[in-house]
Amino acid sequence: MENKKKLLINVVIAIVVYAAVMILLNSGLLNRQMRSLITPICTNVMLAVSLCLIVGFLGELTLGHAGFMSLGAYTGALLSLNLPFPPYVSLFIAIIAGGCVAAVAGAIIGIPVLRLRGDYLAIVTLGFGEIIRSVINALDITGGARGLSGIERLTNYNHFTLVFVLTLIVIVVVSNLINSRHGRAICAIRDNYIAAEACGIPVSRFKIMAFIISAFLAGIAGVVYAHNIGILKPANFDYNTSIEILVMVVLGGMGSIKGSIIAAVILTALPELLRGAADYRMLIYSIVLIAMMLFRNSNFNAALIEKKNLKAMQKLQKEGK
Amino acid sequence: MSLLNSILEQLINGLRTGSIYALIAIGYTMVYGIAKMINFAHGDIIMVGAYALYVYSSILKLPLVAAIILTVVTCSVLGIITEKIAYKPLRNAPSLAVLITAIGMSFLLQNVALLIFKATPIPFASVVNVSGIRLGSLYLSGTTLVTLGVTVIAMVALTLFVNKTKAGRAMRAVSEDRGAAELMGISVNATISLTFAIGSGLAAVAGILYISQYETLMPTLGALPGIKAFVAAVLGGIGSIPGAMFGGIILGIIESLSKAYISTQLSDAIVYGVLVVVLLVKPSGLLGKLKIEKV
Repeated sequence: MENKKKLLINVVIAIVVYAAVMILLNSGLLNRQMRSLITPICTNVMLAVSLCLIVGFLGELTLGHAGFMSLGAYTGALLSLNLPFPPYVSLFIAIIAGGCVAAVAGAIIGIPVLRLRGDYLAIVTLGFGEIIRSVINALDITGGARGLSGIERLTNYNHFTLVFVLTLIVIVVVSNLINSRHGRAICAIRDNYIAAEACGIPVSRFKIMAFIISAFLAGIAGVVYAHNIGILKPANFDYNTSIEILVMVVLGGMGSIKGSIIAAVILTALPELLRGAADYRMLIYSIVLIAMMLFRNSNFNAALIEKKNLKAMQKLQKEGK
Repeated sequence: MSLLNSILEQLINGLRTGSIYALIAIGYTMVYGIAKMINFAHGDIIMVGAYALYVYSSILKLPLVAAIILTVVTCSVLGIITEKIAYKPLRNAPSLAVLITAIGMSFLLQNVALLIFKATPIPFASVVNVSGIRLGSLYLSGTTLVTLGVTVIAMVALTLFVNKTKAGRAMRAVSEDRGAAELMGISVNATISLTFAIGSGLAAVAGILYISQYETLMPTLGALPGIKAFVAAVLGGIGSIPGAMFGGIILGIIESLSKAYISTQLSDAIVYGVLVVVLLVKPSGLLGKLKIEKV
């Protein structure tokens, strides 16, 4: 009963969001700058949700998510530039292929995951991301540092329905996975991997699985990204991009898909809306980041949480009577 | 003969960049050993060092020695302040929270520099005024000589400090077991502050050497050597000071050889590839100790 109610609420939220954006788009209330923000917001939501699977639920830190995204973006762009099919068919193939190539990379990166943990893993994923970027930079087929241009803009705001559906699919895949038996196993690995192993959970298999799924979804986000901006440059996928995605996941509260979505929307929209204070916006952004982390781990916050828990307990006790 | 010559030249180039990496990597590794955190803002301390030198020597026109000393002091103080403000309250927080804070700190330093000095690169001639020497057919520039000399001196001094003095012993004790060290009467806070001060001071020295080599000031100049040095620290085994020195120099040499003989564009990929392979074979780095996890 509880679950059905939740599902209904989520469906209503999705419909309301979709309707609101469609109305805003069609009524011409949005200026050009706001319209151009719509797809980046969706891309970042996809990226944040897919990274949330690894960082929030599996509990491993990766700094190479932009690498997966760039693989998807380049594969997708090259396919839709070279395939002879009608644009939407090519786009469909590009999305699947982009996801698959990124997933293969995810599997390759998943192997060291079995041997490394924590900070060492973080640096290896950072290394992988940079390797992907420099290889793309050095290849001819990807246009090197000049970039790849002339990609048809099939996912910009005129195609909001398509982008919205893709974003929903990504969110549904991750949230259904987390609520399944596999998802509980992944969370158990995060909480205590030795105990999880002792309970008979095949830790290695689930770790690689999480990496592959996350990479696949990031690859899809990359394809959408490529078909929105129309030009790809290796410099757009450096480690700062990975960190930006990571910040979304962390600010949203690790292990919360809803939080990641909200943080992705706000963090993508905020810098654009703050353009008036352009010189100070990155400064504000960094101060917010530090302040947020300090607050989350402060005694004051701990006291607040305790108070809330106490109230909930008292309520439960009353209900018991 | 000419091939041998060019290889030797590349080795020396590698040694020069590598020793800068090593100086930065020591900061990463010391902080990691004692505070168990990756200080992502460490790379930006290099940038602060470079700008501080510019301000002291070019704008305030102080004598060179005074400017260098002031630069090192500025960075050390900055290191202590960042630790007190941003990292100390998070000492018992999950490591990811600390990492994010450090990333925030790095953004903050970069953007403050961007606001003060603007994004346009500032040309800044090398402060090193030493003429180069010729060894047979090999030419060593003044910057190279000073870089190598300063690095050797700094490393010897640091090794002596860590192994022979009381404060150094306290540092090793804290990195071994913080709780036990505290019970023995070691002031953990003071030791951590000292570590940040030394690490940031070395980063300032590295910043001065780096800027004498590249001669252009930018708010983001610290990011690249910062990441490379971080890789060097992990390669050598994070937490181990000899490992950081060794890792830095190895990394510099690999980078310069692959730039010269394989491909300039792929040199970064090769550097990271070596890192991945080393970590797969020896997960705790070249000289790191493997910790056995107990339940």
